[in-house]
Amino acid sequence: MINRIPWVLVIFLVALWVPWYGSRFYTFLATDIAILALFALSLNLLLGYTGLVSFGHAAYFGIGAYTSAILMKTHGMPFAVSFPAAGLMAAAFALVFGYFCVRLTKIYFAMLTLAFAQIVWAICFKWNDVTGGEQGMPNVPYPDMSWMAAIPGLGGLRLGDQFYLLVLVLVALAVAALRRIVSSPFGRMLTVIRENPERAEFIGINVRRYQLAAFAVAGFFAGLAGALFGIFNRGVFPDFAYWTKSAEVLIMTILGGMGHFWGPAVGAMVLTLLNQQITSYTEYWPLILGSILVILLFGFPGGIVGALVAAGRRLTRRGNA
Amino acid sequence: MLELRDLHKRFGGFSAVAGVSFELPRGSIMAIIGPNGAGKSTLFNLITGHIPPSAGQVLLAGRDITGAPPYEICRLGVGRSFQRTNIFPHLSVFECIQAALIAHHRMGRNFWRRSETLYRAETEALLHSLGIADKADSPAGALSHGNQKQIELGIALASDPDILLLDEPTAGMSAAETHETIDLIARIARERGLTLLFTEHDMEVVFSIAQSIGVLHQGRLIALGAPEVVRADTEVRRVYLGERE
Ligand SMILES: Nc1ncnc2c1ncn2[C@@H]1O[C@H](COP(=O)(O)OP(=O)(O)OP(=O)(O)O)[C@@H](O)[C@H]1O
Ligand SMILES: [Mg+2]
Repeated sequence: MINRIPWVLVIFLVALWVPWYGSRFYTFLATDIAILALFALSLNLLLGYTGLVSFGHAAYFGIGAYTSAILMKTHGMPFAVSFPAAGLMAAAFALVFGYFCVRLTKIYFAMLTLAFAQIVWAICFKWNDVTGGEQGMPNVPYPDMSWMAAIPGLGGLRLGDQFYLLVLVLVALAVAALRRIVSSPFGRMLTVIRENPERAEFIGINVRRYQLAAFAVAGFFAGLAGALFGIFNRGVFPDFAYWTKSAEVLIMTILGGMGHFWGPAVGAMVLTLLNQQITSYTEYWPLILGSILVILLFGFPGGIVGALVAAGRRLTRRGNA
Repeated sequence: MLELRDLHKRFGGFSAVAGVSFELPRGSIMAIIGPNGAGKSTLFNLITGHIPPSAGQVLLAGRDITGAPPYEICRLGVGRSFQRTNIFPHLSVFECIQAALIAHHRMGRNFWRRSETLYRAETEALLHSLGIADKADSPAGALSHGNQKQIELGIALASDPDILLLDEPTAGMSAAETHETIDLIARIARERGLTLLFTEHDMEVVFSIAQSIGVLHQGRLIALGAPEVVRADTEVRRVYLGERE
């Protein structure tokens, strides 16, 4: 029964409604969640599907954000150009950095991804002429959304609401593409590599090349998320690429559950909402976050979605019996 | 088909393989026997690109493949199984075989098709011939040791190799399972016209299907030839066969 409901479609439709029943604040939260969900899902292509632990995924988020912001603000390019360019630029960097990373394994791989991310951060931080240095680039313009007025019902919306709808549609398309990729033959090869990279070589898979491809694809989608986030945030700043951002997306992914496609999206939502709720009561957010993580890692190693799926199975089994 | 020329492998100061040469004609079945630690698995690892040799050459159909990476050697038609089962534990049995078929057909570059719809008939046929069709949907890692060995074999066969290297394909199996598996391997080798190189501790099995036998001892081939010749060889009797009787 529960399985019959097209949950993803339901959630998408509910999310589309947010500007009409919510306040400005709900739109703000929903935009944040949608973008971070894409970011976390892109990381999971590496973490959950290929078995590669990246500690530096924020680099590609940051590169995407800066690429799009520089194109739109400095060069006056339309969003229709800057958005795909952000993904491609991030993928190009991922290809170069990844070339070195996939030559290492396990913790050395992770450390090298972190090292490259810190280099990206340092460049954003210091290259004043292009990136605005420490001050970042404030006032990234909204895309031109005047065309939305032609769609009945959307003309009267605030800019922020219109942008949210744009984000929602673009994220949905990107996530659909990611979903398609993980169930493609390419995705299957990644799972095989995660399961047993040694054996994968002996069925004719060039493991490093596939890992590199996965790294670039993950970078591409992180770059798209970054481009959206820069506009949403009304500016891009060096800390987009900082290691704490990499840690945050890693936590989201693990919190939601990296063993399930939608896990990281759930993680992004739960973490964002918790952060909102808790910071309005107490300043001890890191303490609470730490405690949640400890409970999670010991109690629910499969993350939130892992626990829900297990509970669902138990229910249906009882229902059948 | 396969030719080894004076192959060596040293680990530090220790010679695990010390000058092995032989030629394996197309379509033949050869067994490598020898006591524990003789260097059998190391020899297989050298042939399949798992580890690079310290010296010597491996030729496949006249082509030098020494030091090539495993995925290339696999694509050239060399399949192998491992002594210690080496499968994809969280995939279903079906998915393990299907993945190997996808890799073999070089479909892995495809980002758009749905992998679960691919090569279903071939996967099912292979599972049937291995006798594990009823376990298709179980996670591979949850099955019995004997079944995992069969999956191991299935993964190797899915690459449609011309030459198949099996490292103790029946290790840890019961006597009945061993016989079934060996019959199966012999049948598949005959049907597909495979060249087969295998190691095995069960002498009955070895003498029943091998057309030639190489005896490895401390990294050296101390005897090589037809089963009757090897059985009669006095040195072999002393270092190996005698040891077990
Ligand atoms: N990677 C390695 N590093 C160091 N020594 C190794 C390595 N691999 C194998 N050896 C050594 O090489 C020798 C031969 O090992 P190998 O596994 O090839 O023997 P084997 O004939 O397959 O034995 P078994 O019948 O037990 O499978 C052993 O002494 C082993 O300890
Ligand atoms: Mg061995």
